[in-house]
Amino acid sequence: MAEITPKGSREKIKKKAVPIPKQPPEVRIKNFNEVALGYTEEQAREEAERCLQCKEPQCIKGCPVGIDIPAFIKCIREGNFEEGIRKIKEKNSLPAICGRVCPQEDQCQKYCVLGKVGDPVSIGRLERFLADWERARGFNIPEKAPSTGRRVAVIGSGPSGLTLAADLAKLGHEVVVFELLHLPGGVLTYGIPEFRLPKEIVKAEVGYIQKLGVEFRFGYVIGRTFTIHELLTDEGFDAVFIGTGAGPPMFMGIPGETLCGVYSANEFLIRVNLMKSYLFPGWDTPIKVGDKVAVIGAGNVAMDAARCALRLGAKEVHIVYRRSRSEMPAREEEIMNAEEEGVIFDVLTLPVAYYGDEKGWVRKMECIRMQLTEPDESGRRRPVPIPNSNFIADIDTVIVAIGRRPNPLIQQTTPGLKVNDDGTIVVDENMRTSIEGVYAGGDIVTGEATVISAMGAGRKAAKSIHEYLLKRGKNKSS
Amino acid sequence: MYEILAVKELAPKIKWFEVYAPHIAKKAKPGQFIILIINERGERIPLTIAGYDREKGIVSFAFNEVGKTTKQLGLLKEGDRIWNIAGPLGNPSEIRKFGKVLCVAAGVMIAPMLLQIKALREAGNEITAVIGARRRDLLFFVEDIKALSHRFYVATDDGSEGHKGLGFLKEIVAKEKFDRCIVMGPVPTLQAVSEITRPYGIPTIVSLMPLMVDGMGMCGVCRVLVGGKMKFACVDGPEFDGHLVDYEELIRRQRMFIVEERLSALLWEMGGLKYG
Ligand SMILES: Cc1cc2nc3c(=O)[nH]c(=O)nc-3n(C[C@H](O)[C@H](O)[C@H](O)COP(=O)(O)OP(=O)(O)OC[C@H]3O[C@@H](n4cnc5c(N)ncnc54)[C@H](O)[C@@H]3O)c2cc1C
Ligand SMILES: Cc1cc2nc3c(=O)[nH]c(=O)nc-3n(C[C@H](O)[C@H](O)[C@H](O)COP(=O)(O)OP(=O)(O)OC[C@H]3O[C@@H](n4cnc5c(N)ncnc54)[C@H](O)[C@@H]3O)c2cc1C
Ligand code: SF4
Ligand code: SF4
Ligand code: FES
Repeated sequence: MAEITPKGSREKIKKKAVPIPKQPPEVRIKNFNEVALGYTEEQAREEAERCLQCKEPQCIKGCPVGIDIPAFIKCIREGNFEEGIRKIKEKNSLPAICGRVCPQEDQCQKYCVLGKVGDPVSIGRLERFLADWERARGFNIPEKAPSTGRRVAVIGSGPSGLTLAADLAKLGHEVVVFELLHLPGGVLTYGIPEFRLPKEIVKAEVGYIQKLGVEFRFGYVIGRTFTIHELLTDEGFDAVFIGTGAGPPMFMGIPGETLCGVYSANEFLIRVNLMKSYLFPGWDTPIKVGDKVAVIGAGNVAMDAARCALRLGAKEVHIVYRRSRSEMPAREEEIMNAEEEGVIFDVLTLPVAYYGDEKGWVRKMECIRMQLTEPDESGRRRPVPIPNSNFIADIDTVIVAIGRRPNPLIQQTTPGLKVNDDGTIVVDENMRTSIEGVYAGGDIVTGEATVISAMGAGRKAAKSIHEYLLKRGKNKSS
Repeated sequence: MYEILAVKELAPKIKWFEVYAPHIAKKAKPGQFIILIINERGERIPLTIAGYDREKGIVSFAFNEVGKTTKQLGLLKEGDRIWNIAGPLGNPSEIRKFGKVLCVAAGVMIAPMLLQIKALREAGNEITAVIGARRRDLLFFVEDIKALSHRFYVATDDGSEGHKGLGFLKEIVAKEKFDRCIVMGPVPTLQAVSEITRPYGIPTIVSLMPLMVDGMGMCGVCRVLVGGKMKFACVDGPEFDGHLVDYEELIRRQRMFIVEERLSALLWEMGGLKYG
């Protein structure tokens, strides 16, 4: 790989990535429009020029679905966008979404060799560029295999379910997606805010999947409307995929968490994103944000909630986190976006109680300061409270973003389904659960993870289900 | 889209809808609820299932026209369609032979109570029914419930029909040995009846109606304190032990968006905002 060693070619390499145009912070905190505006054609081609077209590209190793990254980047250089998007779609059916929300710095871009001498190639932004280019022209619907007469039920319309549905429909199976909410997309729709992932994009991607012949049924609560067993018997499905994701928000179990003005991040984000309460009263679902907001936790969900709170008119938004800045689980890019927008970070701080007024609205928060211990055997520095460091802060809104548990309904209503202690569903390497014909993937199997890993799971399960259905087909006809 | 097959006015501002939703009708049980959303911009509102016909695929519910969404719903006619209905949600009521059961329902919740009473009666229970409303003209299903119960009482807040208030129940509860008590209605009713049965240790089941959004355990807005523990009413309930519920907390949380709710209804009534 001599020709790509950064040393030898240092002169020729452009160390800096082409920056992506963004709405300036003071403007964007007044709207819910997308923050990053996307490359123009010229910018995309310029950034694509930076790629070294490695013979043994390291970047691909970091992509959970194994996109042929140098190949699609080469297409951008040559201006052959149609071929570029086709290359991506071989592996990823939702590129407009992944290009925006993949934690690229931990995935493809982390492995890009250019990262050793400067910025890695902006793979995600280039992927997004091609996907947006394609969407603007209208999707080509790929050829479908002839109908197999086999039926598959998909539970949940998050990224795992959507990917699986698209793959199986292309292979000629009849696919029905059951979703308990009134809109498709899972977290893409109800969790990730409009300003990071415009809902028009989710709608367009789902539209494409509908054009493949996939049927969506909303308001169907599997476990109650039908059980898995009923799907496989009365409802006549040959296989079932469980992609129900994470749901129930965790609380800390401290006094005052049922006061008015205390939200789980999930409630807050569902109101804002799914119910569009930022458009209230034009849309019917209200939301209330005070002047001083405390967001508890420092993951991506916390950053999203904090940035929504700013856009809803909060004067001060604090991220309250018990460890230090360097332990924050959120993506660096999201932390920076939040910082730019004026979110204040209170690290090494742990809430211990909330206090309300006579009407039951939260008004104050008691916290304790924390310090980090020396690293233990596992190398982790644990936060411990500093004795007598309690203090009280005025706040009028709290958003608790400390994690979510797997949705439990299917596990509770499906006898024979093997479940881990933490509530996730047990699968083998082919995404098979302990029940024949029933598969699972995404957050319901891994716990809270990423969009692309959920898609990867959906893709794998689709392959596995396809093989199962072919085998079953033969057995049936013989 | 879910077609409305029949609309009845049970009392002023209380309507009964029958909608075509065969998959929900097939599974619905007493005690469960649905969540409907009128159109894309609408709010998701929970309503208790008040009847079902599994063969005809019909689900029924009754609602009080109190705010924007229920008023808007009240304008819909036979043949109109509701954008989406999710269900059935929540845990079904425990229906078996308990012995002597006291059933108390107030306001619009008289409708789902009739369904409960039918099921409890079928399971071989002896029913004492109490239905209440603010005024006599707000009562409905009087004859139906009377016909199914062994003892039957009516109460109104203003005394315009039957007993004035629920105070008379104290005597009855002291005399009869009830094995179970079921209460449906606004929080003050749930609380009052729970206090009446508490000294006698009668297992008292109340059906709670906190704010909800998804109705599936994902948002946590419906959290209530029961015996000091946080529960999500949509998945852990909606029925709970009436002697353990923190009613003050529940009332406060129900009123969380009261200003916004009033604003929404007002703007809509004035027709100032041309939407939905
Ligand atoms: C606020 C937030 C921000 C995030 N940001 C990022 C990010 O920037 N990048 C990233 O990679 N990842 C991000 N994630 C994580 C990512 O969204 C998830 O890992 C991913 O969506 C999981 O996909 P899934 O298909 O497993 O399920 P989900 O997306 O959770 O979808 C599950 C679907 O199943 C439905 N469902 C559940 N139970 C039932 C049932 N019984 N019957 C019918 N339907 C049911 C649910 O309503 C839901 O629509 C974020 C998560 C959150 C909450
Ligand atoms: C599990 C569950 C089951 C339910 N079942 C039923 C049912 O079967 N039938 C039914 O009618 N409702 C039922 N409800 C309540 C119903 O969901 C609400 O009435 C509905 O959401 C109101 O929506 P809205 O937009 O019309 O009013 P909102 O905009 O929510 O406003 C409600 C308005 O009503 C007023 N209000 C609130 N409480 C009272 C009160 N106690 N007395 C007088 N005014 C009040 C407030 O001032 C507010 O303006 C149930 C709720 C739950 C959680
Ligand atoms: S899907 Fe995600 S990880 Fe893979 S190339 Fe695209 S941005 Fe990178
Ligand atoms: S993106 Fe980076 S690692 Fe991948 S081929 Fe280009 S330069 Fe090499
Ligand atoms: S309504 Fe969302 S958790 Fe109960």
